[in-house]
Amino acid sequence: MIVVRQKPLDEICAMIAGHRRVLLVGCNTCAAVSLAGGETEVDTLLQLLRLTNKRHGTFCELTPAVLQRQCEPEYIDCLQEGDYDAVLSLGCGAGVALLASTVGKPVYPALDTLFIGSAKGLARWQAECSACGQCVLGMTAGICPITRCAKGILNGPCGGVSDGTCELGDRPCAWVEIYERLDSLGCAENFDTILAPKDNTTRQICEWDMSEGCDEK
Amino acid sequence: MSLSDAFGAGRFAITSEVGPPKGTNVAEMLATAEMLRGRVDALNVTDNQAAVMRLSTLAACVHLKNAGFDPVLQVTCRDRNRLALQSDLLGAASFGITNVLALTGDHVSVGDHPSARAVFDLESVQLLEVIRLLNAGADAAGKELHGSPEFLVGAVVTPEARPLRPQMAKFGKKVSAGASFFQTQAVYDSESFKRFMEYAHQFDVKVMVGVVVLRSAGMARFMNKNIPGILVPDPIIAALESSSDPQATGIELTARFVDEVRDYCDGVHIMAVGAEHLVPAVLDAAGLTEGCIA
Repeated sequence: MIVVRQKPLDEICAMIAGHRRVLLVGCNTCAAVSLAGGETEVDTLLQLLRLTNKRHGTFCELTPAVLQRQCEPEYIDCLQEGDYDAVLSLGCGAGVALLASTVGKPVYPALDTLFIGSAKGLARWQAECSACGQCVLGMTAGICPITRCAKGILNGPCGGVSDGTCELGDRPCAWVEIYERLDSLGCAENFDTILAPKDNTTRQICEWDMSEGCDEK
Repeated sequence: MSLSDAFGAGRFAITSEVGPPKGTNVAEMLATAEMLRGRVDALNVTDNQAAVMRLSTLAACVHLKNAGFDPVLQVTCRDRNRLALQSDLLGAASFGITNVLALTGDHVSVGDHPSARAVFDLESVQLLEVIRLLNAGADAAGKELHGSPEFLVGAVVTPEARPLRPQMAKFGKKVSAGASFFQTQAVYDSESFKRFMEYAHQFDVKVMVGVVVLRSAGMARFMNKNIPGILVPDPIIAALESSSDPQATGIELTARFVDEVRDYCDGVHIMAVGAEHLVPAVLDAAGLTEGCIA
């Protein structure tokens, strides 16, 4: 899923300052599972913004709404008419973008979009995929070196690894994990294949039409 | 006269390194190099070492070349994509620079521009393959070059990496990708280095053992804590601690270590980290007094 987190309250307040009627729109898919854009979070943010308005003596009418998915037109059509002059989206970047292209009013992001990831326990997520358009997980025992190696190295650990920890100190070395998992799967020979530099043209894909197929990458 | 001459003659090769200045004044860098003149075969020139922005390694190599030294162009993949890396390599070759050391490079996060975008379009193994292509007269896109380099291609390895096995496997990949010589991360345990060389000897490459001259027990502890892949054993720290002249002890320990491992490898790479004036004393103490003219 797309993992998101809420922006600092001050940043959100600065974006919507000057608007009198703001619609807060949650997203019940990834953002809800990320505990940043579901019904609970929309309600919490709404209360926080009301308190802030009260403290500063400002007025702004805040209305909550939660859509099933902000990134699909059929779910956002219901927002086109409404008594509001700006939208605060609690969706990922795709949600903000589609709302902004649809509602004809300023749309502001209440969240920052972090990565494509998996749940790793209560309120913790792991970045797993960088959407590079050229999956190498089959060679790397399902651990993405583009995403989880700080340098995106394709051919093994750098000299910065220390007791299995990345030189950034914030994560295990992806390549130590890849090596160990390949070994445990009996595929250690995968490691000896030199992976060529990425073809970055797939990163430039900005629109994809399934009917056109994928021969012309 | 040069690193390739030393390797060609089967002589124990000696390299050290200098760091380009932060700024345009190269006088101090050249003065540092002068301390090493006649004592080393070649001088590595670091490339925005530790992700700290400095004068370019290519420009510094040209200054050193003009001053009569044989520079080793360190090239990292952190700051340039494959076009920039190749054009800098061709530029270096056009100035007569013949030694390259291919590295992935420290992450920008550890340096002085931590919010910069880290490039890593290639990494060390892929860069080695690209250099091999350039040497063969073609670029990474397969296009023919009008005049091509003849680089002596080096890489690095950490003999005491933890864990060790993936590092050793990557060493093999670097050899496959065209590295013909290696300079190691600093090593202090001669037995552990000999074990590494038992592995390395299966490959037809030159290996230069890396040493950092310790000047105090505090420096040793700092390196153990902060430099990945460096493991200064406790007895060495104790010896420095109890010494009345830790610098002299550091020189003596380094010389003794080089003497213990020199029959197992092809040279020594001395990283003086700001104390280049000590390098001649280390070489004297290790009996490495002849044959090297930078």
